[in-house]
Amino acid sequence: MNDYTASEMMIVAAARALADAKVVFVGIGLPNIACNLAQRTVAPHLALIYESGVYGARPSRLPLSIGDPCLVSGAIGVMPMPQLLQYYLQRGLIDVGFLGSAQIDRYGNLNTTVIGDYRRPKVRLPGSGGACEIALMCRRVLIITRLSRRTFVERLDFVTSPGFLEGGEARIRLGCCGEGPAAVITDMGIFRFDNVTREMFLASLYPGCTVEDVQERVSWPLRIADELEIITPPTEGELRILRQELDPAGRLRM
Amino acid sequence: MPCFEVGDSSPIPSLPERISRKGDPPVSKLTSMREAIAELVHDGDSVAIEGFTHLICFAAGHEIIRQRKRDLVLCRLTPDLIYDQMVAAGCARKLIFSYLGNPGVGSLHAIRRAVEKEVPKPLELEEYTHFGMVARYIAGAAGLPFYPVRTFAGSDLPRVNPLIRQVEDPYGGGTVFVVPPLHPDVTIIHAQRADAAGNAQIWGLIGVQVEAAFAAQRVIVVAEEIVDEAIIRADPNRTVIPALIVDAVVHEPFGAHPSYAQGYYDRDTETYIAWDTISREHETLMQWLDEWVYGLSGRAEYVEKLGSQVWQRLKPGDAWSGQVNYGRYC
Repeated sequence: MNDYTASEMMIVAAARALADAKVVFVGIGLPNIACNLAQRTVAPHLALIYESGVYGARPSRLPLSIGDPCLVSGAIGVMPMPQLLQYYLQRGLIDVGFLGSAQIDRYGNLNTTVIGDYRRPKVRLPGSGGACEIALMCRRVLIITRLSRRTFVERLDFVTSPGFLEGGEARIRLGCCGEGPAAVITDMGIFRFDNVTREMFLASLYPGCTVEDVQERVSWPLRIADELEIITPPTEGELRILRQELDPAGRLRM
Repeated sequence: MPCFEVGDSSPIPSLPERISRKGDPPVSKLTSMREAIAELVHDGDSVAIEGFTHLICFAAGHEIIRQRKRDLVLCRLTPDLIYDQMVAAGCARKLIFSYLGNPGVGSLHAIRRAVEKEVPKPLELEEYTHFGMVARYIAGAAGLPFYPVRTFAGSDLPRVNPLIRQVEDPYGGGTVFVVPPLHPDVTIIHAQRADAAGNAQIWGLIGVQVEAAFAAQRVIVVAEEIVDEAIIRADPNRTVIPALIVDAVVHEPFGAHPSYAQGYYDRDTETYIAWDTISREHETLMQWLDEWVYGLSGRAEYVEKLGSQVWQRLKPGDAWSGQVNYGRYC
């Protein structure tokens, strides 16, 4: 019945979450397509900043990597990485950081380093890249990842990028400048974080998805908002840009 | 000498020594890739072929593979396909890095095989975040004993990498994480253009090339075009590497493929995607190396073998910058 995929709904929801953002630090993969969609829909003046050294990118095609030449042509500024990481990111000028993850726990801590033991890993993942500093230094962090018990785990094998650590005041005690995770956008719904315990709770569902669907794919007993919001499906305009301009080959939205 | 170890008191030659060694007044340092690698890259060296996605010198990496260099400590933020190939070929004993992936595609399978299964041999990892790696190069370039960063807090990385440490802020701001300098024995930089002495100009993503070059003991500049010094002097803001720190200059058009050179040729995403299949098995990867590295004499043959259709596909349209007026002051 639905004429859009779960991934398309997820990318659209992620793009909409950027409606009030000024500067977003763009990670690789799903964040990349979501930020590019936001710039073409809800946030035309959104400044995209890429760790490769680009500020104010206006890419004419969807870049496969975050160091693509299309990010440079037409950008506001291109600079050495030490300048971008120190004066823009560490200085606290970035509103929103956008990250994906292989594992996430209930406090929004992220693992992109290893599955299994660090010294003898079952699976060696890419590692931090810029994710750790993005998670620490952006004012708030949006996380985009698909629901599965392998991803939403009780305990991370490795903390690559801190969210709220063990919850409560733990992150504040670290003394880092960013406020931490604001939302986790998945392929079935959106989580937000409790203001006191800092544990994530299911805040909204996509049309046709149920709480049971979500719980089945999360390893811990879920907390759920008193009033679950149902997200508006993707509009024709959003889908057209996604399918025709950003991802014609369907690599990310299937 | 292996890469910088804590406790090593003189990891980098003093400045006067560097200047006298690298030649002044300007002389031509033009040489072939084969000679540059044979003379300046030795077994056991730490080597940084830098360039963030942009200007990754695959031509130099392939020559290192062809010359069967061994026990290298490979330094790079993003090891990328080039270090995946060098690890598969058995050139490396250790990797110093911050992101181990094929960007937008998936894993670097050869490096994963070395780490997970010790195929073709074990590979030691020394891991940072991007900012941590950048800070190591900054400290190296600036001649500092360490460099403070506000990353790493709350992460498990300091637990597995003892070179990431904390010091007390002497001005009362609490503790801060620090990293030691990184001094590669050799840094290899690919540039759009350079003169014969090694003054190099880059536009587009500049990454961390400047820091990686100034941090190194020896520097090889590889360029798409060799130009007169007058071209460099006409646009001095674009100069990122001065001849002062350069040991050899190599003219190697298309030397960064399948990475790219802004304005010259596009990133070959098809090759990056295809690598995922080629590199899944050690045997198919070795066949690829036979065909595209060992079986060729150098980059010129690689360019010819790739064929004009590929180069046509990768040729970007024009987007010229406006001109600026530096002024003439007589």
